[in-house]
Amino acid sequence: MKIAIDSLTCGYDESHPVLRDINLEFDSDDGLICIIGPNGVGKSTLIRCIDDLVRPTKGRVTLDGRDVREMSRRELAERIGYVQAISASHGSMTVFETVSMGRYNRMGWRMRTEDLDVIDKAMSVMGLGPLGGRPADELSAGQFQKMMIARGLAQCTDVLILDEPTSNLDIRAQMFVACLLRRLCRTDKKIVLMICHDVNIAAKVADKILILSKPGKVLAFGTPGEVVNKENIREAYGVECDITEHEGRPAVLIRSDSV
Amino acid sequence: MEIWSSPLEEGRSQAVKAGYARSVRTKVLFIFACMAALLASLICAVGFGPVDIGLLDSVRILIDHLTGNVQDAIYDHFVWEGRLPRGLLGALTGAGLAIGGCVMQSTLNNGLADSYTTGISAGAGFGATLAFTVGLTLATGMYAIVFNAFVFSLVPTMAILLISRLKGGSPLVMVMSGIAMMYLFNAMSAIFKIMADPNDLAALYAWQLGSVSSCSWDDIALVFVTVTLCGFSLQALASRINLLSAGDDYAKSMGVRVTALRNACLIIVTLMTAILVSFTGLIGFVGLVAPHICRIFIGADNRYLLAASAAMGALVVVAADTAGKVLFQPYELQVGIITAFLGAPLFLYLIVKTKKTSW
Repeated sequence: MKIAIDSLTCGYDESHPVLRDINLEFDSDDGLICIIGPNGVGKSTLIRCIDDLVRPTKGRVTLDGRDVREMSRRELAERIGYVQAISASHGSMTVFETVSMGRYNRMGWRMRTEDLDVIDKAMSVMGLGPLGGRPADELSAGQFQKMMIARGLAQCTDVLILDEPTSNLDIRAQMFVACLLRRLCRTDKKIVLMICHDVNIAAKVADKILILSKPGKVLAFGTPGEVVNKENIREAYGVECDITEHEGRPAVLIRSDSV
Repeated sequence: MEIWSSPLEEGRSQAVKAGYARSVRTKVLFIFACMAALLASLICAVGFGPVDIGLLDSVRILIDHLTGNVQDAIYDHFVWEGRLPRGLLGALTGAGLAIGGCVMQSTLNNGLADSYTTGISAGAGFGATLAFTVGLTLATGMYAIVFNAFVFSLVPTMAILLISRLKGGSPLVMVMSGIAMMYLFNAMSAIFKIMADPNDLAALYAWQLGSVSSCSWDDIALVFVTVTLCGFSLQALASRINLLSAGDDYAKSMGVRVTALRNACLIIVTLMTAILVSFTGLIGFVGLVAPHICRIFIGADNRYLLAASAAMGALVVVAADTAGKVLFQPYELQVGIITAFLGAPLFLYLIVKTKKTSW
């Protein structure tokens, strides 16, 4: 399985593209891919282009050789799971009902045992088991985010793209989610793309890191050891840092006088 | 850890299945309870009024007619040509308005959305105002006011669809457009009302309060076909409407054509509400509140909520109409007054007292 991005230019205003001439390839052997970069650089736009939620002004995204724009929405939904960053209120939907939305394309009016098992596993693995009957809008921000990840997991797709899935989680939960996604890549051979603002979480857990920098271009794409260095951090974020090594992976220490 | 290949412990898996089954059972039972209450209120609607027939006699008259064994032609006519059609029109109107309100609230992600906030009622009101005050009608005969109300109630929806097309069909754009259209049509109605004859104003005022008191079986047939067709069409879309509550991007990522779905729902609801409002006038409150009452008891899953809202809306209108007939005799209050007067405190009580859980 492969996602190929060819000469992708995309934006919400044609005169000011957010992404400019992006060329990338993601493979199911890549493991967990974290996308990092400063605010407004086009990380969300990139993953939204992959799921055909935004149409590029130039270039194309292909999934196993097929242009995503030529695939039906239903077909895309069966191949790509999307966990959004900011979600609308879910009204009085319960956690169980919200997670079960992930099975929309696979179940009929009544849920089959198989659907219930998948929903339960997704909820359990995210620690939501006891909250099944609680209205989604009564959850804390962190619990809400876990629920959205569980909904993405319940979709059981080949590709999972997550827009800042750990932004409201505590450090333990951040590590847990990142490690869970990495295991998912390795055991199920999925392509998992995760936008992450914590460079150290990305460096600690990701198999590959994609760094985007302004104006909407790819700065580096490779293993944490290859791409997390002083020069790339300076170029992407405009800050000075020291790089140290922890458990065989780079760790970034930002210098306070550089901001 | 291989999350998808490891089996769940048997006990846990059974607990989830039992919880799900219990949740479905609760929802279905609630719907049946509302339908049973509706049936009881329909019998009360037939039995009670300025002339009391009594519950048992009402049932006997209904059965006699159905079995072709009519014993009292006067009462039979009274029930079958007066009270039963009135009760049925109330039930169908309540069901239709509640379904419309429920779908609008879910598709626009706005708990205040109903036929008022989408401008449908204001458009219908303007059509009726033109007919009552200056005699300007688009058709002649007994359905002149009905037709006027119907045609003008479609105008705000067309405007909303046009603005959505220009600005993207986000819920906020649609609600704001609807509210703008509501104010515009209300202002236009006010101009004609200021210049109107007092007698015309009284008739218009009575229409605006909403009533199901005068109708024929032909009216019932038209309303029944409308509510049934529109109701089942919307029920078929219920799973997709559920996804809209998670946001447009998510719904789109799940394969839903978001703008097309929202527009289709708006058009179906408008057609249904326009026809209902044309016959009954502006019965407020039901479309807004019946879905919310049901949400308190069974949550927001539209697959069950639409049916529950329909039954609850029907129950509210029939009960309110019956109360309006008997509470202030010899006067009869319009159903719109009763729905607001009795329903609002009940709704407030439920908001304050009920804890929101589903299972």
